[in-house]
Amino acid sequence: MIDLTRPIAELVEQVQLGKVSARELVQASFDKIEASKDLHAVLEINPEALNQADKIDRQIAEAGQKILKGSSASLTLQDDSWGQMSKVKGQRSNVNGQRLLGIPFIVKDNFLTLNTHTTAASNILKPFKSPYQATATNKLEAEGAILVAKANLDAFGHGSSTENSDFGVTLNPWDKTRVPGGSSGGSAAAVAAGLACFALGTDTGSSIRLPASFCGIVGLKPTYGLVSRSGVIAMGSSFDVIGPLANSVADASLILDIMAGKDELDATTIERDLDSYQVKTSSSPNSLQNARSAVQGLKVGVIKEFMGEGVDAGVKAQINAAISRLEVAGAEITEISIPYNDLALACYYILVPAEISSNLSRFDGIRYGHSAVEAKTLAETYDLSRDQGFGPEAKRRILIGTYVLSSGYYDAYYKKAQKVRTMIKKQYERALEEVDVLVGPNAPSTAFKIGQKAHNPLDMYLTDVMLVGVNLAGIPSISVPVGLSDGLPVGIQVMASQCSEAKLLRIAAEIESEAPKMELPV
Amino acid sequence: MAHIGLNDEEVAQMSLELSRFVDLVDQLQSVDTSGIEPTDQVTGLVDVMRADEIKPSKLSREQLLTNAPEQENGYIKVRRVL
Repeated sequence: MIDLTRPIAELVEQVQLGKVSARELVQASFDKIEASKDLHAVLEINPEALNQADKIDRQIAEAGQKILKGSSASLTLQDDSWGQMSKVKGQRSNVNGQRLLGIPFIVKDNFLTLNTHTTAASNILKPFKSPYQATATNKLEAEGAILVAKANLDAFGHGSSTENSDFGVTLNPWDKTRVPGGSSGGSAAAVAAGLACFALGTDTGSSIRLPASFCGIVGLKPTYGLVSRSGVIAMGSSFDVIGPLANSVADASLILDIMAGKDELDATTIERDLDSYQVKTSSSPNSLQNARSAVQGLKVGVIKEFMGEGVDAGVKAQINAAISRLEVAGAEITEISIPYNDLALACYYILVPAEISSNLSRFDGIRYGHSAVEAKTLAETYDLSRDQGFGPEAKRRILIGTYVLSSGYYDAYYKKAQKVRTMIKKQYERALEEVDVLVGPNAPSTAFKIGQKAHNPLDMYLTDVMLVGVNLAGIPSISVPVGLSDGLPVGIQVMASQCSEAKLLRIAAEIESEAPKMELPV
Repeated sequence: MAHIGLNDEEVAQMSLELSRFVDLVDQLQSVDTSGIEPTDQVTGLVDVMRADEIKPSKLSREQLLTNAPEQENGYIKVRRVL
């Protein structure tokens, strides 16, 4: 079976060389999805994926690139054809210049896609089929990528475990009694288990980095506004970003490079600050040396509050080991305090529900989604459709948001929280004037047991205490796997100033190349 | 205001959870925010404008109506208001 966790650039080369077809990659993805059904990472298959693969294969054939169609489609680094690759590089046609040629990918089910339903894992959108597609998905397809499936999530992105999905929990491939994290838990589990080459997720307070950390993969939350959110179902619009979940920093940087930039369909997008966000693969021969010189003299600030009491010893040990390896590689390590982060959760849980209550007001049972057939008046259509369609967590957040925005409470809660957001944001910015990047754990523990926090919403909210500050500040952050604690993955969180993705990715690549290799138990 | 019809059981459960929630967020009340400006846009963008020009939609009326639970003559049908 083709291993879809291999570096994307290598798989693309294989497709370009005709050693493997797009159809074979998509079929490998479908086979793996079928074999991993128990994970419940995927909600729906794209029925057009094989047709799209065939179209790409025809284009490649027409471009006359069917060289070296070998007898075996097996992909190993030792394959003797690698030596021949440089000889054919110059012959690529346009289709073969596509950077994701034939690569199967998965998106979280809050991305609008053609050919499948888009449910946000909520009953209220169960019947919904979008007439248009997210900009991010379009950009990936324009590079030859093939959407194979939609991934499970906490409904509308509300949660840290995927237990809030209306369609059932996703299991962590490292330990099926544990959660994959959330809310992009289906995306993370899918990538970790090799169901596709990469996945897209969204991150409003933790939702890319936490599941990446719990599932032992790379998760990148870019600077707010760097990637268009057109066609992605909104949660908290002053926080939401979309980003890749991938098997390596190099893969994540390639996906970011393809998606980043201004989009007239999303007025909050910002200009790209770099021609390329791509970093070299850590397996390429010179990259270790390059990375080493790249972190030489860089200042790394360890967030003091993230390494204190309440953080599991096993998590702390892996984070400290990764920091020590950075020090050996030439980085200068200092301790940084961000005391206002103590206010981050309270601030976040006022502002985000407020934005949620506004964004979810569009679900009215009239234009799309679930509609209560028994309603007799317009008001009943609203009340019954929303009561039947939304799950408990969405209702909880809508009620909180409506409360903090209501007249009489607006200044005391909403406006107050907006001011505290300024204070927290400034403290992160000042810290990042002193150091190049900040580091710490993503969460106080590794993946927790299914059901452990499900009945206590506040306990679940506390999972994100080290992650929401980044979203309040709008800065980029990445989770990189650094080792195991009691057999479960630990990820380090690296943060940089707004639009400092280049630096962030460079350091992340170094951390990755120095980290012990983690093998998913079979 | 939120237009969600909750049953009695849900109301009881939510009341309990929301009062715990208020305890969590009340810690902000003791923070001195005098002289601090509120943040609502983190990258500093203000008033993003485009030319006031009509552009034809790429989607047809039929496509836009496909998800409507009830429709008639190309319009979305709703229940009576009162």
